[in-house]
Amino acid sequence: METTVEKYTYKDFANDQEVRWCPGCDDYVILRSVQKALPETGVKKEDVVFISGIGCSSRFPYYMGTYGMHGIHGRAPAIASGVKLANPDLSVWVITGDGDSMAIGGNHFIHVLRRNIDLNIILFNNEIYGLTKGQFSPTSLVGQKTKSSPYGNTQPPFQPGELAIGAKARFFARIGGNAPKEMTDIFIEAQKFKGTSLVEVLQNCVIFNDGCYVKYTDKKVREDKQLFVEHGKPMIFGKNKDQGLVLNGLKLETVTIGENGITEEDILIHDAKTEDPTMHQMLVRLEDPLVTGIIRSFQDVTLEEREDALTAQIKAKSEFRKTNDLFFSGETYQVN
Amino acid sequence: MITLEKNPNAEALDAVVIRFVGDSGDGMQLTGTQFSDTSAMFGNDVATFPNYPSEIRAPQGSLYGVSGFQVHIGSVEVSTPGDNLDLLVAMNPAGLKTNLYAVKPGNTIIIDSDSFTKKNLEKAQYETNPLEDGSLENYRVVQVPMTSLTKEALKDVEGMDNKSITRSKNMFALGMVYWLYDRNPEHTIEFFEKKFKNKPHLIKANTKVLNAGFFYAETIELIPNSYSISPAKMKEGTYRIIMGNTATAWGFLAAAEKSGRELFLGSYPITPATDILHELVKHKHFGVKAFQAEDEIAGISSAIGASFAGDLAITTTSGPGLALKGEALGLAVMIELPLVVVNVQRGGPSTGLPTKTEQSDLMQAMYGRNGESPVIVIAASTPANCFNYAYQASKLALEHMTPVVLLTDGYIANGSAPWKIKSLEEMPEIKNNLVNEVKENWHPYDRDEDTLARNWAIPGTPGLEHRVGGLEKDRITGDVSHVPENHEIMTHTRAEKVKRVENYIPEIQPEFAQEGELLVIGWGGTYGSLHSAVKQIVEEEGYNNIGFAHFNYINPLPKNTGEVLSRYKKILVCELNNGQFVNVLRMNFEEQKFHQFNKIQGLPFANSELIEKFKQIAK
Repeated sequence: METTVEKYTYKDFANDQEVRWCPGCDDYVILRSVQKALPETGVKKEDVVFISGIGCSSRFPYYMGTYGMHGIHGRAPAIASGVKLANPDLSVWVITGDGDSMAIGGNHFIHVLRRNIDLNIILFNNEIYGLTKGQFSPTSLVGQKTKSSPYGNTQPPFQPGELAIGAKARFFARIGGNAPKEMTDIFIEAQKFKGTSLVEVLQNCVIFNDGCYVKYTDKKVREDKQLFVEHGKPMIFGKNKDQGLVLNGLKLETVTIGENGITEEDILIHDAKTEDPTMHQMLVRLEDPLVTGIIRSFQDVTLEEREDALTAQIKAKSEFRKTNDLFFSGETYQVN
Repeated sequence: MITLEKNPNAEALDAVVIRFVGDSGDGMQLTGTQFSDTSAMFGNDVATFPNYPSEIRAPQGSLYGVSGFQVHIGSVEVSTPGDNLDLLVAMNPAGLKTNLYAVKPGNTIIIDSDSFTKKNLEKAQYETNPLEDGSLENYRVVQVPMTSLTKEALKDVEGMDNKSITRSKNMFALGMVYWLYDRNPEHTIEFFEKKFKNKPHLIKANTKVLNAGFFYAETIELIPNSYSISPAKMKEGTYRIIMGNTATAWGFLAAAEKSGRELFLGSYPITPATDILHELVKHKHFGVKAFQAEDEIAGISSAIGASFAGDLAITTTSGPGLALKGEALGLAVMIELPLVVVNVQRGGPSTGLPTKTEQSDLMQAMYGRNGESPVIVIAASTPANCFNYAYQASKLALEHMTPVVLLTDGYIANGSAPWKIKSLEEMPEIKNNLVNEVKENWHPYDRDEDTLARNWAIPGTPGLEHRVGGLEKDRITGDVSHVPENHEIMTHTRAEKVKRVENYIPEIQPEFAQEGELLVIGWGGTYGSLHSAVKQIVEEEGYNNIGFAHFNYINPLPKNTGEVLSRYKKILVCELNNGQFVNVLRMNFEEQKFHQFNKIQGLPFANSELIEKFKQIAK
């Protein structure tokens, strides 16, 4: 059904519920960025579904004006897969956190990425458990003192991008929680991308892990400590746009343009669309600078496309149209 | 080609029970299936039950590697695969050793004598050869060198190596049994022609061995006579032989078509439920979406998502899987979406007895979730009526907007029986609670006055955008609510919604005595065993004051249950568990005293033990 409604604004995707996150939480930024991104995607409001698990971030669907389900801990990717397979015309979003996706829901997280169903996953990574009041998470750092690691965390963390690309993610982006404009653009691209897109937001928890990303996201250091990549452009960063990445053997190295004969020509061009994940893995592992933006965006066949093609093929060949055709087929016999 | 003449001397029998046993690679399941299909087409009533080890290929010749297939055929109603064997076909010593207990003295055992080698006897832990030591003298033993006769029959057929030759000896046994019970092998030959369409040498070889067995049985003097079982008196109609799990799958196909909803299955493989998944994945032509998930939890979670999006959503599992699905099932209770969970029960707890039957998940189905979390629980009772109850489970889920747990068990799921095919026109209508347009003051938890089912607004419908979730809901708006009184009202509402289903299900109708000394009660997959035992004690032993009530609806119970119980002096509840349904009844009918009879051996009830128990209670 074609509608000729005027273009949506972010208000169309909000509702009348009072938002109950802590004041100053990056979750507000993410909520507003999503509400601003959706009008730009051309998707009809009634076709949008938000599915979440459990945790602070997972209250998200309650604050949207779309269809939504606040699910159970870790299972949002599985619930969302069911929604999408039942009705592939829907735009289905998964809202999850670092504990929800990589601890209790780790299994669903890797398998949803492997299958490549057309879902958009937003991972709120704050490196801590917020809703249960401050235990370490699978992305907390070694040595981090939390309520459940008073002497320092002894469990080494996952790096979400590394895990995701290892699990065959076709689309991976990372963005700071204080960068609403870039975040909005990434969400628009994630929605446009056919396949599972994963966006990791470096989300500051003001209560239990405040400042965990300041060394990358603080406005004073951001340009020097973050490399925001764009497909087809040289990987250059820094206040003076004079820092760039080159390959030295099997390692990425930062060089300064204009020193030691280095010119812009020598700087690596970002290819997000290549199937080979080797460079993408190197980029997600880099800590100085930290790479943000769309790191990987490889267009592949989706699960729905495979299923649709198979179903069409089987329907064309099958002699069964109605269940009666099946029930009375083959070896039946009469009793008189 | 055989021209079959009816053996004029064939002895007429009401029913016979036959078991084929051999190594798990000997093709016993195929042999048994062929015999039962042929008998069904001839017009017999049949009931079958496979018995196989949980190892796929256990070491050859070992006791635990024995695979068996039991067939009960009759010219009279046959409601179980039978207890005592009239004929045992044993392809090796291990098969003989593990199955001899079931053969009544005087009955027949056909043995492949070639397999009774020193090595095989050792593997079967025989100290002496039972064919020589006199231990079988109370049975009618027919020793046939089947392996060598098969080799002989195939010596001129090209393209058959030694292994393929040995593997076709099961057809020699089948040929003999066909002759013994006056069956025409034609159906099986047609089966070869279809199965080996592109391998003509295999059609030729198998047909040759089948005929060789048939003629051998006719020729040898060891079998002096054959038996005939005339067609059973069954209701007029078109029939097919169906396995319980297939019937379950087809019940869902029918419900999807009737309700106009697409069928979504989210599932993870688990014995003995996997055949439902195997069946449904075949039916993409009906638009079935069968999703093999990464685990049990994803199976049910994906089904919940599909239900939210408007599909008829189901998930299939067995006991351990239901345990894993518990939390998600609670979510479906809370968000009040239609969902069917099939639990094909097996022996537990934990991994338990994966290939054996039990009824020990009833309490788990009723209560295995956190919080006050009522669901509809129903149970199928025969392989064929798995169709009806899968259909009914779907109907109740859609009409009452609630999860339904459908219990079957390994016994009826793997057993097969004739099914009088139901065409879709005969099946009851299925309504749903979909809303398509915006009404003033609409809320997602608006309810139907009679059923209390909430309305079902699915994504894609403009103007009805709403959020659901595991947090408690305000009873009017559906928004998150932590108000104490509201939680109590919602808890009562969810319970009442399930309770009111009693107005939409049939009353319980006892069989045999309508009042009197003893009411025998069963539920689920034990119908066949209980029915035939009560029938026998009433009709043959003159206990005409015994009645029998079998329950398919467990939660809620049929409305007249209390009244029916009050008509009998004594009540005996028989279950394949340590006493679960009996406690559901005790809880609901405190005034009654319940006797119980329980068996927890992974096996169905035997006729004799039931009759003994009935007599003990009825006096």
